Amino acid sequence: MLRDAWLMARKDLRIELASKVTIGQILPFGALVLILFGLAVSPDLTVLGTDRRSVLAQASPGLFWMAVLFAALLTLGRSFAIESADGKLDALRMAGLDPAGIFLGKMLAVTAQLAALEIVLGFGAFVLYNAPLARPLQLIVVVIAATTAITSAGTLYAALGSGLRVRDTLVPLLVLPVLAPVLLAAALSTEAAVFGESSGGWPWTLLLGVFALLYVGVGMLAFGPIMEES
Amino acid sequence: MAPRVVVDLRSAISVINQFPALAGIDLQVTEGEIVLVQGPNGAGKTTLLRLCAGLATLAGGSGTVLDHDLDHAEPRRRLRREAGLLAHETYLYDELTVEENVSFWAEANRVDPTTIDPVLDRLELGERLRGVRVGDLSAGQRRRTSLAVLVCRRPRLWLLDEPHGGLDRAGRDLVDDLIRHAVRFGATVMLASHDLDRATAVATRVVTLAGGRVADSGVRHADVTDDRERPLDERVEDHDAP
Amino acid sequence: MNRTTGSRLTRRLGALAVVTMAIALAFGLVFSPPEVAQRDAVRLMYLHLPTIAVAYLGFFITMVGSIVYLRNGSVFWDLVAGAAAEIGVVFSVFLIVSGALWGKPTWGVYWQWDPRLTSTTVMFLMYLGYLALRRLDLPPDVRSRRAAILGIVSFGNVIIVRYSVQWWRGLHQGQTLGVDTQLDGLMLFSLFLSLVAFLLVAAWLLIHRFRVAWLEHQLTRIGFERALAERRGDLGGGRVGEEAR
Repeated sequence: MLRDAWLMARKDLRIELASKVTIGQILPFGALVLILFGLAVSPDLTVLGTDRRSVLAQASPGLFWMAVLFAALLTLGRSFAIESADGKLDALRMAGLDPAGIFLGKMLAVTAQLAALEIVLGFGAFVLYNAPLARPLQLIVVVIAATTAITSAGTLYAALGSGLRVRDTLVPLLVLPVLAPVLLAAALSTEAAVFGESSGGWPWTLLLGVFALLYVGVGMLAFGPIMEES
Repeated sequence: MAPRVVVDLRSAISVINQFPALAGIDLQVTEGEIVLVQGPNGAGKTTLLRLCAGLATLAGGSGTVLDHDLDHAEPRRRLRREAGLLAHETYLYDELTVEENVSFWAEANRVDPTTIDPVLDRLELGERLRGVRVGDLSAGQRRRTSLAVLVCRRPRLWLLDEPHGGLDRAGRDLVDDLIRHAVRFGATVMLASHDLDRATAVATRVVTLAGGRVADSGVRHADVTDDRERPLDERVEDHDAP
Repeated sequence: MNRTTGSRLTRRLGALAVVTMAIALAFGLVFSPPEVAQRDAVRLMYLHLPTIAVAYLGFFITMVGSIVYLRNGSVFWDLVAGAAAEIGVVFSVFLIVSGALWGKPTWGVYWQWDPRLTSTTVMFLMYLGYLALRRLDLPPDVRSRRAAILGIVSFGNVIIVRYSVQWWRGLHQGQTLGVDTQLDGLMLFSLFLSLVAFLLVAAWLLIHRFRVAWLEHQLTRIGFERALAERRGDLGGGRVGEEAR
């Protein structure tokens, strides 16, 4: 199973290296979203209170994760477009790859690409929104937990929509309500990490971790029935 | 000893998009045969091959292929690993090179990586073409790449959908050679083709499909194999040996 | 063949639902007293709380049907799952609308980020996705299998969404609809009565919806039999030899 996962992940990353769709198209898109948020929420508004932060800085954790979510949708779509083109799902079934391994492999590759996007987008949010960074280590833990939560559920739902003509419109409808608690938890725990608030961060990070574990399990189980079809 | 039956379909019905593509097929294929499946467009040739590959499912009737019962998911899964299908789709990743594609599918099929190079050479994909992205290949070259994957897999049952399509003369000769070679080493072949002259020359039997049923199951007229007394394991072992 | 999806059972059930609903209305609107703080607005509770029960019950049945379908491929349970999800979605709409209407007199605004309203809205959108998947023109077994996976996972999501939103709003909790209302005996009775009425209506709808789906299923089967017979008819005649060339 792990062998199959590693094989799939390596193949997907090699395709990305050859085609550069994530770096060349999805990353600039994510950056654009960050800038558009800045235009939508005026940078001159400030929050009442002792810190006198700008509204943009205050909302930066949530806005950052929204941009990541949009980018994740595109990355997931791309990841499954590769497989559904030219009958490759048939070939994967003929090869007898372990469905759980395929799930883990696809998820791993998407996670790697999303992590790369997050580093750049995170830096962008830090600069553009003038956000503080009180606890970098905590932030790293939060980002890892949230990213796995997004990609585990995302990979499962993208697979449910794979091979459909309406994939591009259906998958966001399926996956965004599911990721609503992830967005909530990611934004709140990131808030705690960047503003250095003492309360409320870790339980939400824990929720992200539990969510990710749950979905990795469900995804590994569900990929068998999803792959098994004509 | 009676020859082993590889494909045994009885009143098999198979449905594609709620259409009964196979409407009750009765067909037996024994080991070592090269069966040409012919018939008009929409006769059910492709579905028949997919059914024998374990990809399509039975909606009625019964069938076993390579002793795997088509009615159940688990035997169908095992069948898929033993059968090889050359379909209209190439099953290739456009972004990857010929070599990367063949190695990926070889590894996915748990094929010994040292067999890849000889196969690429045999299909004239070595040297110049191996580093070329599949997206940049001509249709014939892609076909050869798909064939390379198939040959690497060493299936016991070859299912070839229009194997001559898109290939030049040399390529077609190569396909025929591969088919004969495979059968000599214990495999069984079913092919669907519109290139009837060529396909009839290589086939040992012609089966005619019409309206999702067998209109004529043909007569076996020639034998390619000469070593069918040897035990199967041995034959499978040196399949594709130099 | 029946011209309607009605039967003696559903007609009796329907009549019972109408009568119960009428009594529940009388109790809800007339006999039960207004509340001290919310006054007459509290009567929205008799609409709001039963719809919650029905919506969640519908999605629960969808999950059960999906599990059974994945286990044994029973078309019956697949269709039950689909019909129950439709009921769940319809009652979620009632739930959201009645919540917003109740919010106006209680909070002064239609929408507050109340945990129940927020999570119900997310749940509603989630099951719209489920129904969208069910409507796709796919091979039936592919569609049913994917829908079943979605039907199971979605119910888990409902729980996750519900508790995470509650936890989130728990940080700055305002007044929640219904929960802190003081209920006297008559009000409790009215609530119970309207719950029964809503369950009866939902059961009636579910049976009819299921029967329609079942008839559709039979229709595709008949269509398939016909297509099969037609295709077999292709074999006869001299056409075959000609076309084969």
